[in-house]
Order: sequence, then structure tokens, then C-alpha cells
Amino acid sequence: MKTYLPTQFVVERRADRCIQCQVCVRQCSFDANYYDAEDDEVRSRDEKCVGCHRCVTFCPTGALTVRKNPLEYRPNCNWTAETIEDIYKQAESGGMLLTGMGNDKSYPIYWDHLLLNASQVTNPSIDPLREPMELRTYLGRKPDRVEIDPETLSLKTKLTPQVAIEVPVLFSAMSYGAVSLNVHESLARAATEAGTLFNTGEGGLHKKLYKYGNNTIVQVASGRFGVHAEYLNAGRIVEIKIGQGAKPGIGGHLPGEKVSPEVAATRMIPAGTDALSPAPHHDIYSIEDLSQLIYALKEATNYTKPISVKIAAVHNAAAIASGIVRAGADIVAIDGLRGSTGAAPKVIRDNVGIPIELALASVDQRLRQEGIRNQASIIAAGGIRSSADVIKAIALGADAVYIGTAALIALGCHVCQQCHTGKCAWGICTNDAVLSKRINPEIGAERLVNLLRGWSLEIKDMLGGMGVNALESLRGNRLALRGVGLTDTELDILGVRMAGS
Amino acid sequence: MIKPVATHNNPYGDDKVIAACSIFGVIDTSGKTFPGTDVVTAIANMHDRSNGLGGGFAVYGLYPEMADHYAFHIMYMTADAKRQVEALLKESFKIVKSEEVPTRKTERISNPPLVWRYFLDVAGNGDHPEADFVMEKVMAINCGVQDAFVFSSGKNMGVFKGVGYPEDIAHYFRLDDYLGYLWTAHGRFPTNTPGWWGGAHPFNILDWTVVHNGEISSYGINRRHLEMFGYQCTLQTDTEVVAYAVDLLMRRHNLPLEIAVKVLAPPLWSQIEREKDGTRALQIALRQVYGSLLLNGPFAVIIARTGQMIGLTDRIRLRPLVAGSKGSCLYLSSEESAIRLVCPDLENSWIPVGGEPIVGTVGKPIATTKSEAAVMARDH
Repeated sequence: MKTYLPTQFVVERRADRCIQCQVCVRQCSFDANYYDAEDDEVRSRDEKCVGCHRCVTFCPTGALTVRKNPLEYRPNCNWTAETIEDIYKQAESGGMLLTGMGNDKSYPIYWDHLLLNASQVTNPSIDPLREPMELRTYLGRKPDRVEIDPETLSLKTKLTPQVAIEVPVLFSAMSYGAVSLNVHESLARAATEAGTLFNTGEGGLHKKLYKYGNNTIVQVASGRFGVHAEYLNAGRIVEIKIGQGAKPGIGGHLPGEKVSPEVAATRMIPAGTDALSPAPHHDIYSIEDLSQLIYALKEATNYTKPISVKIAAVHNAAAIASGIVRAGADIVAIDGLRGSTGAAPKVIRDNVGIPIELALASVDQRLRQEGIRNQASIIAAGGIRSSADVIKAIALGADAVYIGTAALIALGCHVCQQCHTGKCAWGICTNDAVLSKRINPEIGAERLVNLLRGWSLEIKDMLGGMGVNALESLRGNRLALRGVGLTDTELDILGVRMAGS
Repeated sequence: MIKPVATHNNPYGDDKVIAACSIFGVIDTSGKTFPGTDVVTAIANMHDRSNGLGGGFAVYGLYPEMADHYAFHIMYMTADAKRQVEALLKESFKIVKSEEVPTRKTERISNPPLVWRYFLDVAGNGDHPEADFVMEKVMAINCGVQDAFVFSSGKNMGVFKGVGYPEDIAHYFRLDDYLGYLWTAHGRFPTNTPGWWGGAHPFNILDWTVVHNGEISSYGINRRHLEMFGYQCTLQTDTEVVAYAVDLLMRRHNLPLEIAVKVLAPPLWSQIEREKDGTRALQIALRQVYGSLLLNGPFAVIIARTGQMIGLTDRIRLRPLVAGSKGSCLYLSSEESAIRLVCPDLENSWIPVGGEPIVGTVGKPIATTKSEAAVMARDH
């Protein structure tokens, strides 16, 4: 069938610069650049280009640039290019539209409507270059109070397991299978060096990475891929994945092509078979079942590890989170509307769930109203882009945040949304033997550590500016925030006052 | 229906009411009572640290003949408020004695409210802890009755405060008529409010009082944490959270003083790591559990309760506090000059290290703290 889909990008090649070296041909995994042997010339097939900039970045003479195809439809606010082309795609394929990365729609980004405070006159700002500034955070359930032996003044209360992180940013769940082993290793090494944690995602943990277990969150998802006693005990935290912000309410699908022998061994499935995780956990049909799984995992790990439960931010997230805490979870991770994915139905990614800012604010507030906020840590996820987003999330009430896309961007991701194709030219979201070598774990870890270091410095500067020297004094301190361009209802849900008030 | 106390204290609806200040306190650890003359002289010497929009005093050992009864000092702005509160008191307490707090006419104090004192016995609280019962009634008056506010609610102690310079408040409330073994004083410099009598320091709940110089930058989260434990921060003043935090930690959670102060002004993680195992485990647990009660930002406070006075600054000591001692008396002050003015032959004076409490307790020798030793060593 002839496709009616127009070309998305145009590859422009400056003849005066191109030296016909064919680097662009070798770098492009989408066959957009090719060598025409007959004419002895390097050329491009614009219709194949996904706009990932791999060729542009690696062209030694700077001969290439990629532009959006200037082709215009008749202007129409209702029938945009995207809606028209989605219909072409489905008319030609008869299937669901698949996509990668997070929601790219123009829903409000509340982070960009929240502004931070700073000290002037009545309290001094603190200079982090000269004074200590503390970011350490402990994840895990906290009791209401501590008890002290009055004789010896020693601690009588025994706290349940607590995990220290030196920067309130963790690497979000990205499975081995969806991403390559080199990406997993980059994340694991960076987490270890920066004093934080990476999350295995639902595909198990490669044996080679067990040595980073102290900085690993091992995930248990509905497919139970790669879950066994040794795996559970290898990690520092065990996370039950109920939902994901990019695709609330549905399961996962790793196509057989990506299930290499190594992926298969780690997932404990035959090589080349599709790895399908069901939409629900088939042993969790309600909250009491979740409680059983939480305690089964606590038993399996001898009560040495906090248990996290990750949910997608949905309409009644506050009530669900309250139930999760009462069910025994030590950590609640909430993944918002803009959370990313290796592959998801586009209609779900773009239309299901709520923004993390609103979900986080309402969960924190609900847990406080019920007097149980201390019983679980909250990790906010889904679209965290910068240290400013991190610090705003903490002021709204998060203990820490997960970053997924931001971490991949640090590794080279250009957010071209081709994750589901397995052809990632940057070697990130692929298990192609050649492509995945494009990530060197040593360099990858260095780039990630640099990012976290930069963000830490920025967070310390902002904290000091607000006159506090410990992150816990900002956590849930919504007086540190003011809103701009928000309705009263939005301000009310965020628990934040209008700027100027 | 919660009355808008905040509209008196915080008419512009600011996040919190902030004020800079002078603070002074003295305790005779022998328990001997003495008049407040020196305290008034000392706080008046720091006149320029306040601006006439608030002054106040807490006195312990104030009512020895009524020491077993809760002494309530209540401020009324209308006669109707007094009727309502008295009806509420009659329901919950046996009123042993009720009288107006004597005052002296002075042109330097304008529009004073009526301040009344009651001596009360708790009647019929069932198996509810008596202190919790009293606390709830105080909250009920402060939140529920228009134009009434409880200045203090402990036994054998009382708070006198209002809008004016502290020396004028002392004159107005005839403090020269009273004796106490522990006095704290406050002169206020609010940056934003016209001044409301209830908003002056000391702040009180039960027998706890707090006078405070500084701004608690962590107020937003301190307040939200205390709300989980039933405290209503009606005044929207950062000092209020200090009073409630010490009540929660020391009375309800039964933490010894030296541990409670590690919650309010904890050591840095880097210091905690250098501690011995037991201490380290304790201090880590305190920060894990009570991180939301860390008082962050610049402060110096004098916290007092029956038989004890505690001075504390924030952990990086952004506000002044000087300690001095002579014989059985411990002095705390924003400025050393105020102590030396009333006690020229002071035996010791030192600047406490941030986050380390200076404690005077009746019946105990004045503690020589680590910081004292360190500072003295540095001086010599």
C-alpha cells in the first residue's frame, strides 16, 4: 500500500563540506543516509530520518543539518498534522499506534508555574561555598516518635530499614531489555559513585551488575521477569511496580527481537520470545492482596529492605497511596502523566493519568491529614527535567525524585521517540549488538555523575538562598513556593499561594 | 468555625509573622525567688533591639500559694468574649479563684485589653492525661472564641505581655509586685504587623514558654508536622512552633532535654558520622524521625518550663546568645552588656556554640557544656 505519510525531516548536506567519508551512513541506524556506489556519492533518504541528530553530531566536517520538513497542511486547529498522520498510519496498518518516550502534548507543566523563595533581610541566606549544606535523605518508613532508655539515654526504638541517598535523585526503572546492558551498567556505576540508587525495571538484574546491589532498587512487576530470591536480596530496596506514568492501566511488551540470549537468561525466559507483562498483577486484585505481596517480599528479604510500591498518577492517587501505606509499603513512588516509556500505545501515553505535580501535592496532603505521612517516603517521577523541578517537587512534599528521560539524555538520548523500534542510533534503547556498543559504561557513568553533581550544586545554592541548610527543612515546606498563572483551584490543590500574596 | 486569630496577628495574611528581637532570661538554680527589677533593667538596656510593638515576660514561681492549680492568664478584647470563655471554663474546670490581673495606668501603653487570671482545677477529664486535656481547652479558646486569647496556662507561672516596649509592659503589669525564681523577657521588632497583644512573646502552652529572636525558615514544614499531632498554629508566628515542638518532644514523646535539642538543632551529618556507635545511631534516628522538626534558619531562643531554663541557637548560630553565671544564677541574653549591667561581678560568661543548649535547672549545678570548655580554651 502506498503510504500517504509525508516526510518528517529533511537532511541537508553541504556539498562544500562533505568529504564523502560515510560516517553518517554508518551512524544512522534508520538507513536515512546511504552510499550510492554507482554515483560514488553519500546521499540521504529524508523519509527515513527520525531527527535523532546522530549523523549531525558525528559528521567530522559539520556538513549536515536536519530540519523539520517545511511541508504545510492547510492551517486547521482541529485537524493538526499529527491527527491527520495518525489516521494515515492506522488506515495503513490497522493497529494501535506505538510510541516511545513520555507524553509530548501541551498539558500544563506546573513546575513552570511555581516559583521559589529566597531570603532578604529578616533571615540571612546561607552561602554553600562557605557553609555546610545537607542533601542526605533516608528512604523508608519512620515511626511517629523515638523512645529513649531514660537510664542510658540510648535509643530503644528499632527503625525499619532506612536507605541513605546523598542526592535526592534516583534513576527511574528502565529494564534490561528495553535498554542495553551498557546503559544498565552506566546507571549502576553512576548511582554507586553519586550515592544514590538505580532501578532495574522489570527485566531482572544481569549477574555482572550484582556487585552494584547496594545502589540498586530491584523491581517486581506483573511479569515477574528475573525475580528470584537471590535477585531480591541483591538489591537495597524492592519495588513492586503496579503502574507506570506513560501507560497507566496496561502491561508491558518487549518484542522477541529484543530478547537476546543474555536478556533471556536475565529474564528467565526463552530467547527470542516476546516478554509480555500482564496489565494487572494476577495475584493482586485489591489492596489486601498488595499487602500480602509486600509482606511476602519482606519475608523473602528477612525484613532488611524497604518495600516500595510504584503507581501511575491517576485520578484517585491520594486514596490509593493512603491504602498502599496502610498495606505496609515503606515507600510510595508516583509516576506522573509525563513519565516515559520504552514502548506504549500512543493513545494511552497521551491521554491517561494526571500531572505529577498535582498527584504529589494531593498524596502528601492526604497522608498528612491522615497522620501517616511519616510512615512512607514519597518518590515523585515523570517529567523531572532539572534541579529546579527536583527542588520544587521536594517543596511540594516528595522525599526524592526519579529521573528516567533526563538520565538517558545525559547519555546522549535526543528524545526522538523511537525507543519502541529497537533501532536507537544512540545505542540506548536497543539490544542490537552493534548499536549498544555506542554506550561506553565508563563514559556513561561519568556523564551521569556529572549531571547529578551539577544538580546538587544548584540545589544547594537554592536551599542556601532560602536560608536553610538541610533538605528536610524544605521537604513539604510549600511556603517556599508561590504560583503564577494558576487558578484558585490549582493553587488550592498544590497547597501553594499566588505570587504576591 | 475557627475564629480568625490570624487577622489580628497577621492582618496582611503573610506566610508567618516575623520579628527580630532582644531576649533575656535568668534563673536562680537554688530555687530562691527574686523580684524582676534586674530583668526589666536588662531588657530595657537592649531597647534598640525592639520597636515598641511588643514586649513580654514569663515568670516561674509566681503563685506559690496557688502552686497546685493551673494559672490561666487570658486576654479579652470584649466583655462578651469573657462571658463565653468563663462558660467554657466552668464546663471543664473547677474555678478556684478568678481576678483581674492588676495594672497601672501609663500613657505609654494604649488600648490595653482586659487581662484576667484564673486558678483552675481539672474536673472530670476521665482517663485523658490532664495536660492533654488542658492543652485542648487552650486550643478551644484560642481557636473558638472571638476576641479572647490565652497568654499562659501552666502552674505556678504566668506570662505578661502586650504591645509596647518591654519596660513599659513591666510597668503596666506591676511586675515589681511579683517574685519568681526564673524570669524570661522579650522586646519585639516585628517587620510587618501593627502589633497585637496576643502576638507578643513569650509564647506559651501549659508551663512551656518561649522567647525567640530570629526567623524560622523551616516554619512551613515544622507547622505541617505539628498539625499531624493535633497542634493548631493559630497565630501563624514562627515562635509558636517552637513552643509546640518542645511540648511534643519533651512532654508527649518524653524525650530528655539533651536529646530534644538534638532534634531542634541537630548536628551535621558529618559530625554525626564521627560519633561513637550508640550516639551515632541515636542521632541518625532522631534526624530520620524528626527531620521535619529541625528548626532551620536563624534563631536564638530561651525556652522555659517549671524549674528549668534552656538557651539554644540554631546549629550554625546565626543569632546572638550570650550566657553568664554567678553563683547559683544563670543568665542568657542577646547582648552581654545587659547581663553585665545587672551583674557586674559575673563569674563566667561565654558564647554558646550553635545547637548546644545552655541549661539551668533548679537543684542542679549550672552545666559546664562542651562548648563552654571549648570557648574558654580558645580564649586562653
